[in-house]
Amino acid sequence: MAEGGLQINSNQNPRVTWEGCSVLLDINDGDRLVFARLSPASTLKIGDKKCLLQPLIGCPFGSLFQVETGSKGPYLSRILAATAGDIQQEKVEFQLKEEPKDNRALVDDNTAQNLSGEDIDEMRRQGASGDQIIEALIANSSTFGKKTLFSQEKYRLRKQKKYAPRVLLRRPFARSISEAYFKKYPARIGFLRTDVLSLLLSMANVSSYSDVLVVDMVGGILTGAVAERLGGTGYVCNTYFGVTPYPMDIVGIFNFNNEICSRIIRFPLSELSLAKNNNSEQPEQEENAMSLEFQLNADEAALSTTCVSSSGSLSISEEQINQQETPDLCSDSVNNKEAAPLPQNLMSSMHVSMDGIDASSVTKACKSTKPGKKATQEAINSWKQNGFSSLIIAAPELDPWTVAQELLPHLSYSAPFAIYHQYLQPLATCMHNLQTARMAIGLQISEPWLREYQVVLPSRTHPCMQMSGFGGYILSGIRICSSEIEQQTK
Amino acid sequence: MLAIDPTKKISFQRPIGNGDLVIVYERHDVMKAVKVCEGSELQNRFGVFKHSDWIGKPFGSKVLSNKGGFVYLLAPTPELWTLVLSHRTQILYIADISFVVSFLEVIPGCLVLESGTGSGSLTTSLARAVSPTGHVYTFDFHEQRAASAREDFEKTGLSSLITVGVRDIQGQGFPDEYCGAADSVFLDLPQPWLAIPSAAKMLKQDGVLCSFSPCIEQVQRSCETLNTSFTGDNISSPSSLPCKRRQRSKEGSNGVEKSGSLGVMARPCAEARGHTGYLTFARLKCLQ
Repeated sequence: MAEGGLQINSNQNPRVTWEGCSVLLDINDGDRLVFARLSPASTLKIGDKKCLLQPLIGCPFGSLFQVETGSKGPYLSRILAATAGDIQQEKVEFQLKEEPKDNRALVDDNTAQNLSGEDIDEMRRQGASGDQIIEALIANSSTFGKKTLFSQEKYRLRKQKKYAPRVLLRRPFARSISEAYFKKYPARIGFLRTDVLSLLLSMANVSSYSDVLVVDMVGGILTGAVAERLGGTGYVCNTYFGVTPYPMDIVGIFNFNNEICSRIIRFPLSELSLAKNNNSEQPEQEENAMSLEFQLNADEAALSTTCVSSSGSLSISEEQINQQETPDLCSDSVNNKEAAPLPQNLMSSMHVSMDGIDASSVTKACKSTKPGKKATQEAINSWKQNGFSSLIIAAPELDPWTVAQELLPHLSYSAPFAIYHQYLQPLATCMHNLQTARMAIGLQISEPWLREYQVVLPSRTHPCMQMSGFGGYILSGIRICSSEIEQQTK
Repeated sequence: MLAIDPTKKISFQRPIGNGDLVIVYERHDVMKAVKVCEGSELQNRFGVFKHSDWIGKPFGSKVLSNKGGFVYLLAPTPELWTLVLSHRTQILYIADISFVVSFLEVIPGCLVLESGTGSGSLTTSLARAVSPTGHVYTFDFHEQRAASAREDFEKTGLSSLITVGVRDIQGQGFPDEYCGAADSVFLDLPQPWLAIPSAAKMLKQDGVLCSFSPCIEQVQRSCETLNTSFTGDNISSPSSLPCKRRQRSKEGSNGVEKSGSLGVMARPCAEARGHTGYLTFARLKCLQ
């Protein structure tokens, strides 16, 4: 495999937003997460206010914005050093006075707040800022002073969220994207928690210049995360059973440059097996027959333009390749939706579209080089000859053993692999079978575990009430050269 | 260890050669790193293994001793390295390492600062993540430990990606030359709060800091510094979002066995490996 030199699109500072870039907007400290693409006309709705995203263009990632009301309506105003200084100052004063308080004097009779809704509306009409309203609310609360520091801050935060909502501009990274999806639409990423995704990447030794074979039935988060780690070197080899590639819309949320996009390659597994049949004997004939049958059944799906090779034949016509290269964006996003056969089943009850993401705008990410091009025959032959550097499977709907049995032979000897599944038993069976077939060593099933604390400060350390209690399981191991017999007969 | 050097990339066509580093695998919990050297031998409870028998075999092969015992020869990876490296200090393990690397948002091309170097377990994974174009600058105040780490990185072929410096980061802070240049900073120090102001100076805006501490009291003090010591300082103060978050991650393994008529069953381990400390993440506020 010819390794191209690393080209980095240096014209774009990845830490500053640009028009057309994809961003993750964190509204009110994680209360709402919205993926958006920045354009002068795009808007964001916060509460009942609609704000233009235009002020976010050209700002560094990490910038914080607050909703202010101007003469032309609400707008997003960036919080800069000067204003932030004041806010921090107040916080310090807060932390200094620390005496024991409890709730003995607290009576829940709804009279603690002296300001009425009308008073607040009146303040707003007079042009009071969100911060001023919050101060007024605190000044007029008869119980605020009796609260503990912990609950005082909670009170302030609650009011701030309501009267002066804040928007944090976050960089779409494997980390932030998977956190956002796990929080909002976990089913779309197969309930793959961020720490579990990280573990998969490590266990499979994803590193530059490696050719990582992936089965991604988790919306593209895995493909994107691997591509991010490869940084435009090596290949993400996204393979699939049947004729229709699994959807990978999430890849469009990463701000990948052309180099990285060109390293995301897709091909049906049947091509790998067919290529193998050509050279070696024919132990896999049955499987091929099966997949052909499947292809016939899936005829309709194969009609769509972007779908890779609709026939199971070895040669790919040039026409098809050309089609791959033309950025047929709309049909792709539509197609992806239709083509998502299995994941959608899981989510039928969650048919909400991601806030602010409209699939077509996301797919426009890589106008010039579209991720997920079809692998060339040359590339497939090379992988057949050299084997893949590692393998990651995240296919919640497939049986791990069935997949592992098909894919493991394509892994280089000594190459690590990691299989994610939500259920333990199929992995246990897979592990047992790998062991008895002497295909792999170092086999281990892990159950990742994560505990988060919300505040760690003197006398205010507190665990999070809500935590993820379950992150699924990972079966990891290393492929071995099981050809003892082969070696001896050679 | 990494595929930066295409000739070292594992493939069906890449046999073990003289001078290669291999991981000799006896059992999932008994492994050893060995440099292949024609004429050398490896002795263990299975007998004597001649290195010359190994040369030319593919990685992942099973090799036999004079007594018919066997081991597997594996290509080194940062994960395997973590299991075989000599412990000069307490080290981080894979569950934490993977978490740290992804939460620090380390990707190819990043500049990462680390202190202390310790046994270099995390450093190895950081180097993998920044390769091929990034760099890890790691500091330890212990001269011998730094030297051993340097030798290790030489052995694993990572020395082009890692620079080991001898420096007391708590006392002196990171060198000024990395001011505003670091994408991420990792601290594993007894008093991380002393190094946090310097770390903040090193980080780019929106850059991420991670501090590992075994005790919650250390975490509390670090968080106080993260929250307050920078107030009024326009350059830096911890952002409210990912800061103040503690994460512990742990990995438990399950026993898989065939039990009578029930078929293959997975049994959760009664005793799970716990965790050695807390991970604190904070992001440099972006106010410029």
